[in-house]
Amino acid sequence: MAKILAVDDSASMRGMVAFTLRGAGHDVSEAENGQLALDAARGSSFDLVLADVNMPVMDGLSMVRELRTMPAYKGVPILMLTTESHTDKKMEGKAAGATGWLVKPFDPEQLLATVKRVLG
Amino acid sequence: MSKAGLAQFQQVFIEESLEGLDTMESSLLALDNGGDAELVHTIFRAAHSIKGGAATFGFPEMSSFTHEAESLLDEVRSGKRAIDGSIIELLLRTVDCLRGMFARAQAGEPLNDAVAEGLRNELAVAMGRGVPAGDVQARRAEDQADAWIVRFRPHQGMLAGGNDPLRLIRELAGLGELDVTPEFDRLPASLAALEPTECHLGWTIELKGPVKRADIVAVFDWVEGECDLAIEAKHVVAPVAPAAAAAPAAAAPAANVADAGAARAQREASAESSSVRVSIDKIDGLINLVGELVITQSMLDTFREGDIDASRLAMLEHGLAQLARHTRELQESVMGIRMLPIASVFNRFPRMVRDISQKLGKQVKLELIGEQTELDKTVLEKIGDPMVHLVRNAIDHGLETPDKRRAAGKQDTGTLTLQASHRGGSIVVEVSDDGAGLNRDAIVAKAIQRGIIASGEGMSDEAVADLIFQPGFSTASVTTDLSGRGVGMDVVRRNVADLGGAVTIRSTQGKGSVFTITLPLTLAIIDGLTAAVGDERYIVPLVSIVESVQLKGEAVRSVAGGGELFRFRNDYLPVIRLHDMFGCENAVHAIDEGLMVVVEGEGTRVGLFVDGLIGQQQAVVKSLEANYRRVQGVSGATILADGSVALIVDIAGLVRMQGRRKAA
Repeated sequence: MAKILAVDDSASMRGMVAFTLRGAGHDVSEAENGQLALDAARGSSFDLVLADVNMPVMDGLSMVRELRTMPAYKGVPILMLTTESHTDKKMEGKAAGATGWLVKPFDPEQLLATVKRVLG
Repeated sequence: MSKAGLAQFQQVFIEESLEGLDTMESSLLALDNGGDAELVHTIFRAAHSIKGGAATFGFPEMSSFTHEAESLLDEVRSGKRAIDGSIIELLLRTVDCLRGMFARAQAGEPLNDAVAEGLRNELAVAMGRGVPAGDVQARRAEDQADAWIVRFRPHQGMLAGGNDPLRLIRELAGLGELDVTPEFDRLPASLAALEPTECHLGWTIELKGPVKRADIVAVFDWVEGECDLAIEAKHVVAPVAPAAAAAPAAAAPAANVADAGAARAQREASAESSSVRVSIDKIDGLINLVGELVITQSMLDTFREGDIDASRLAMLEHGLAQLARHTRELQESVMGIRMLPIASVFNRFPRMVRDISQKLGKQVKLELIGEQTELDKTVLEKIGDPMVHLVRNAIDHGLETPDKRRAAGKQDTGTLTLQASHRGGSIVVEVSDDGAGLNRDAIVAKAIQRGIIASGEGMSDEAVADLIFQPGFSTASVTTDLSGRGVGMDVVRRNVADLGGAVTIRSTQGKGSVFTITLPLTLAIIDGLTAAVGDERYIVPLVSIVESVQLKGEAVRSVAGGGELFRFRNDYLPVIRLHDMFGCENAVHAIDEGLMVVVEGEGTRVGLFVDGLIGQQQAVVKSLEANYRRVQGVSGATILADGSVALIVDIAGLVRMQGRRKAA
């Protein structure tokens, strides 16, 4: 269905996201940090990017800022997977160019619902 | 999505969290030693990942507990709170507590305990608050209406964030019936002035149906600040009766209990299998090798058809040589998969050394060398306990208090070094300190008192030092709560011997001691000598062989009780006739026709009488226990080149068997 890039330094979280989305028929690529995600994004085109905020090498916010400078990713939905339920953190993500967020913890049903929500 | 699908990631989560805790601990220790602020970020990130994952993978108690630690770390990170020794101490205990929680998670036990509850309060107090409010956040009362008017005017740049107004309106349509009126007032007068990537429209939406305000707000939560939004109730309905609201709340705990049961069953299933994390490089190397093996095989396959003439003989030889090389490389690589850096064992020591030395009022600097040295996973799991004991001993008995060190002309701070390295086909792990060293007189006196020896006269320093490995030996005049745990150095030696290794000590009085643990690279393959005994073949592990001698018949003497002894250097060693022990037929009985192999097991030397030695070989160990049952005096079996089975003798076991025979 959709090509989705899942970015998280935690193998378990990334695995769960990828497993869930693949189970729903999506084509999922995985990246361990923001830098690797940018490399992947340059080499391919994605319909949706799901990214953790706190990551080593390059964090999620920097990654979003970089992605938004790339013409191919101007309007692509980018969701932050975040444990921060505080408004200021969400706003930081928004300011960086994120489309929205999914607050951890989420279960597979919530993830699928959110992805469906953003992909229409 | 099935719950079973998630279980596989639960195990991954536990493993990565344990690694995260190791990182937190080492970073906290580094911070304690004046590390930089970047460490705080590392610690925060680790705590943050655990918190997020714990909630996702079904450990809410762990998540809320970690949340407290994370909040404290966040205050440190943002500079609101200075980090000091007491906070580090508190966070170290948090790490310990979380480790306990993960252990309980794997065992399927309840996660919270009194320690966790106590720590939660301490963390809260450290942040200047009282007891935390608890996990459940009070939910705001939501107002509800059966019709709403939503005025939605996106700001011009909203599209750049990836949010499509149409999607939002569709989502609203999922809540109830819509009546949408577009507003064109912001449209530019001319088409040329229209910027296609910007949003120029606005909408007034009437939403009909019993909808909560919160549900409407949730639709627009991602575009907050990127649009003007007004939500007004058209018709207000009476708030929901309290009784109705209470009913779902009462049902919830029951559902949780059922969930917990299911989660426990899953955890029990996953706790059974242990796994190893292998780097991609190693796997790629293996795949590469298998590829080459296939090529070699297909090359050799060409010899199947037709005769092999002399011209192709060189090619066949080449092919066979290649096969031999690939097989050896493949063997090494496969073994390599089980090999992990010893760092995982070393890493637990900085914390331990800190705690013990503080408790004893000693100053200790810990040096770790060769952390990347790789060991078999099984060896790695079992070497921890003996090392812990050696390190405890070194701090407790070896290193002196600062004033004693000053009096001896040394620096106040003692140095404890853990060093791992490859030496030949073995791994050598050394635990050394620059403390007082062994006290020869004290050891001899104690050994005499314990009845281990009659007198220390004529004993070499080496032999005296070796006395501390004897069962029931302890030199400390007062047993401290650290070393005196009923575990002596004899247990250390036995544990190491169980791994096919040996432990020795070198010590200089006043200068310090070095404990050397020598371990085999792997437990799956041993180097051994093949010995012939009648029609049978036995493998004698190379590590236990001292030397082999051809004896004259009269060199072996029978003693009272049926035993036999022979003189070896300055000792009399008992003889173990392998043919007798295992009941082999057609074996050599006359001493001068066979061979005496001097072997050592658990510190005892004996002569193993065999027909002869055939050669040295690497034996792949097959478990007898798994395939048959445990057999005394035999540690396993292997398959020889001709396809027959040879038993691998267990020297320590043989010595014990011989002892019992004599006693009987």
